[in-house]
Amino acid sequence: MSTQSLATQPIASPHAHGGNSVTRTMFRVQLALAPATLYGFWLFGWPSFFLWLLTILSCLGFEALSLKLMGSARIKVTLWDGSALLTGWLLAMTLPPWAPWWVAIIGGFIAIVIGKQVFGGVGQNVFNPAMVARVALLVSFPVPLTQWVAPLPVTSLAAPDFIHGLQIFLGNQATPDAMASASLLGYTKTELSRGIDLLHSLGGDHGALFSWAGTRAGSFGESASLLILAGGFYLLATGIITWHTPLAVLAGLAIPAAIGHAVDPTHYLSVSTHLLSGAAMLGAFFIATDYVTSPNTGAGQIVFGLGIGLLTWIIRTWGGYPEGMAFAVLLMNALTPVIDRFVKPRILGRDRKGKPLDIPESKGA
Amino acid sequence: MSENHYGSIMKDGLWDSNVVFSQLLAMCPTMAVTTSGTNGLGMGLATTAVLVVSNILVSMIRHTVSSQVRIPVFVVLIATLVTVVDMAMNAWLHDLYKVLGLFIALIVVNCAILGRAEAFAVKSGVVASAVDGLAMGLGFTGALTVIGLIREFLGAGTLFAQASNLLGPSFAFLEMKLPGYGGALLMILPPGGFAILGFLLAGKRVMERRMDEKAAARAELAAA
Repeated sequence: MSTQSLATQPIASPHAHGGNSVTRTMFRVQLALAPATLYGFWLFGWPSFFLWLLTILSCLGFEALSLKLMGSARIKVTLWDGSALLTGWLLAMTLPPWAPWWVAIIGGFIAIVIGKQVFGGVGQNVFNPAMVARVALLVSFPVPLTQWVAPLPVTSLAAPDFIHGLQIFLGNQATPDAMASASLLGYTKTELSRGIDLLHSLGGDHGALFSWAGTRAGSFGESASLLILAGGFYLLATGIITWHTPLAVLAGLAIPAAIGHAVDPTHYLSVSTHLLSGAAMLGAFFIATDYVTSPNTGAGQIVFGLGIGLLTWIIRTWGGYPEGMAFAVLLMNALTPVIDRFVKPRILGRDRKGKPLDIPESKGA
Repeated sequence: MSENHYGSIMKDGLWDSNVVFSQLLAMCPTMAVTTSGTNGLGMGLATTAVLVVSNILVSMIRHTVSSQVRIPVFVVLIATLVTVVDMAMNAWLHDLYKVLGLFIALIVVNCAILGRAEAFAVKSGVVASAVDGLAMGLGFTGALTVIGLIREFLGAGTLFAQASNLLGPSFAFLEMKLPGYGGALLMILPPGGFAILGFLLAGKRVMERRMDEKAAARAELAAA
């Protein structure tokens, strides 16, 4: 063994490299997202595919541009690690399926340049880039960002074909009024503000079954709770994420929802509606679990997740926007350093306060 | 005092030590007022007026005020000037005053003004102080106007909206509107202000680096 290779070999402890890398982790997350994405294409047709493609391309493009401006020598390597691709993918999943092209471009710019690269690139960002872009787009362009369409499977007759889909995407054709629809959370919020309580506003077509299967109006990739859940379990099984964050997010959302619904079912949505609507599933498994912007310890992740769930419920129930997952994630991202400061793992051989443990004399000595 | 001296004071205020882009002072009015080019321009001009007069007065009394009581004396001076500007704007530029209202009164705590009094006027002659106040004020006005224009353009699709309120009806030609553009509300809100300021700061640093490199290359050429 030459001295050069010795220098790179760990010598003290028996270290072994698991063969994991950023690229592999990102690839697995993308694999987990694929079923819900493909199903989304089927539900919402060609416009959603163009939106997905352009959002990812825009993220990759702005990533390359930022790296070039910063004079990075690792442009290709960084682009292929898949982190920008995943950001674009997640952002596209949270957008309305028929959003116009410029939403994808501006979203990519905000996510990559403002959300990620100004902080220093992969692993340096304080806030989840996809959620930064989602919130910025929602605040900036409330109208196109809240125009939902009723699902229209590609195979059905009325679905737009390739060319028509492209026209919708490029904004040459207005969305037909007949296809405009409200998301469940938006609908109940509007009806409540008109003084119609939930028992009357929730008809048969908003049942939980539709939410599981995703055949209802909503963001492109958030509809099919079942497929997202399946992807989430795949991530859990491969060890990409641990159970702490997703469970805590869902619990943080479900517990106040259960209490509220038990107290007054006419004003507070049921637990299943909360868990299956909007970005709850996607947020719990794919967004809140982002390594960079969530706490490092299991206990910290539980605090983090409970906070996201609770804030989401509060914003959904009393806030101005019908959905609050993105806001909740950003708010808890800001608290992550504080959580990491207070919830520290115990150092080996020391107690929680950092004092050396009282090790009794071993028998042999 | 040579011509060159005043030139360097001017350059300092307009570019090298620009209140907003270099010293990062006066962030409160910068973020709050620059929602449109007109607002930024009006705020900048009001601040410039206060800054010039306060620099002159501070420079004039610099030998009679002992250093122990100088801060309260300066604050009283600046507060008086701000009150004068406030009332004058209320009288003659009432529409703009309604928009800027609170922030005109807050010029009194604008750190740029006390900062110039402390850093420059107490140590310099009257004329130099006046030039410094003018340069710093114009630099501030330019920065506010640029940020305001960018935010206004991105956020509302207009340029110099209601400029005639500030400059008189003959300047109505400045007002422009981008047809068919809804505007990105975020740019009008504080996060947009911070983002634009950040990008402008980055741009200024890149420009300065380029200029330094050019100057170094020229010096090398001259030496060779």
